[in-house]
Amino acid sequence: MIEIREVSKSFNSHQVLNGLNLKIRDGETTVIIGRSGCGKSVLLKHIMRILMPDSGTIFIKGEEITKLKEKEMNRLRLKMGMVFQGGALFDSLSVGENVGFGLIENTDLDKGTIAKKVKESLELVGLGGIEDKEPAELSGGMRKRVALARAICLGPEIILYDEPTTGVDPITADSINDLIKNTRDKLGVTSIVVTHDMKSAYKVGDRIAMMFGGKIIKEGLVKEIQESSDPYVHQFINGLSIGPITETSL
Amino acid sequence: MKSFLEYIGTEFIIFLDFLGGLSILGLKTVSSIVRYPWHRVRLFQQANRVGVDSLPLISLLALFQGIILALNTAYQLKRLGSEMYIAGILSVSMVRELGPVITALILAGRVGAAITAEIATMQVTEQVDALRTLANDPVRYLVVPRFLSFSVMLPLLVLFANAIGIFGGYLICVYRLNIASRLYTKIAFDSLLFKDLYVGLVKSVVFGMIIALVSCFEGFRVTGGAEGVGKATTRCVVSSFILIIAADCIFTALFYFLMP
Ligand SMILES: Nc1ncnc2c1ncn2[C@@H]1O[C@H](COP(=O)(O)OP(=O)(O)OP(=O)(O)O)[C@@H](O)[C@H]1O
Ligand SMILES: [Mg+2]
Repeated sequence: MIEIREVSKSFNSHQVLNGLNLKIRDGETTVIIGRSGCGKSVLLKHIMRILMPDSGTIFIKGEEITKLKEKEMNRLRLKMGMVFQGGALFDSLSVGENVGFGLIENTDLDKGTIAKKVKESLELVGLGGIEDKEPAELSGGMRKRVALARAICLGPEIILYDEPTTGVDPITADSINDLIKNTRDKLGVTSIVVTHDMKSAYKVGDRIAMMFGGKIIKEGLVKEIQESSDPYVHQFINGLSIGPITETSL
Repeated sequence: MKSFLEYIGTEFIIFLDFLGGLSILGLKTVSSIVRYPWHRVRLFQQANRVGVDSLPLISLLALFQGIILALNTAYQLKRLGSEMYIAGILSVSMVRELGPVITALILAGRVGAAITAEIATMQVTEQVDALRTLANDPVRYLVVPRFLSFSVMLPLLVLFANAIGIFGGYLICVYRLNIASRLYTKIAFDSLLFKDLYVGLVKSVVFGMIIALVSCFEGFRVTGGAEGVGKATTRCVVSSFILIIAADCIFTALFYFLMP
């Protein structure tokens, strides 16, 4: 279980997270929705401890990660995967080296075994056989899928997806949704998916959490959110320009 | 008046902040070097990039420097009729001062700037963050190989530049000023003390560390997108130049007073 308690974070007096609370249950997929710039990516980075909160605590599998030593955090990170919004592939390495990076750097597995796992991961995202390509040769959507392959290659228990379906065609988007669903159903992975794509949110999510003003203002089962009478939630999921959320509020 | 003092004060604080950040990165790097095994492939790649790839440029510029130095010294010594001492002056200034400084400045511009651009791009495209999510320490992965290769390759390049510079002087002295080839070589090498070589090499190692740390540091602390990367690269070159010359000044004074 992941538990985020009263986490606040600001960048030079710009308060992004403001006493945010959220619990993520094991084996479930939680979708986080919220306006562009409201701090969803910042929240994911706190869970990976790439960013440290100004105040508040975060627990992962019972460990208070805000207090862990870097070495202990790294042990935990090996059980987690993150797909960055822009892919964040290492452009000095080939696709195969990118996908196998975690295994190459952190395990003693021999080359053959790693190559096999890399191949499997790439096939899982529908990109078998492109190990020797360079990231620069790939399209945006392909890069995103390679990033996905890199995150699942280590066989993590928790995967964080930052807008996995943005910028890919509808068919690929649907296969990414299937992939996220499958990792939960078959491998019991706990997932957090940040997305603006409500179709994808309904398809992959068990629960949906809505972020607004640096807090989670509503969290519940997909059905509960769909039927919610909360004006903020209603406006967001239906994509209405008129409502309590205005152009300038985040 | 107040605003001028304020300006100086702010600049000074920014500079202290920079030095503080640089020192912390330096400490992290050294502790990582001591505690973890080195990654041979990455080390080799960087050493190649710092050392081997810079050889042609360094040779060309050191040769010119040797020629210029010989001509300028000849201009002075001609009046005294003691041109044969050009060799001694040239070899000592090359080995103690010009070799290390010129090589360091060239490397800061050629390799340091490239490293900053590379790391800054990794930073703005979240590759540095991705490195951390894959349980890898950016200092260990990116800084250590660059730091080690700079500290080793810069002194080697300096030795090479010294030799080429002295050879440049040889061309002028032997073919233009008609000094006997044997005499030139003898004076050039007899004037050199072990101390001179040592001073030059200590400086080069320090310059190498400065370039590696400044270029990585400026890369990591980039903000913004493509424009930020450009600014970081400029800052890397400017800061490296300042720190190299300042360190040179301090070392020259130290060696002069402590090892006369
Ligand atoms: N490293 C940083 N330094 C300064 N400000 C930052 C930093 N990271 C994020 N921010 C700010 O925090 C706010 C939230 O950013 P974040 O990337 O989390 O938004 P988001 O919800 O993911 O938006 P989107 O849906 O567009 O991806 C933004 O205003 C951004 O400017
Ligand atoms: Mg985002």
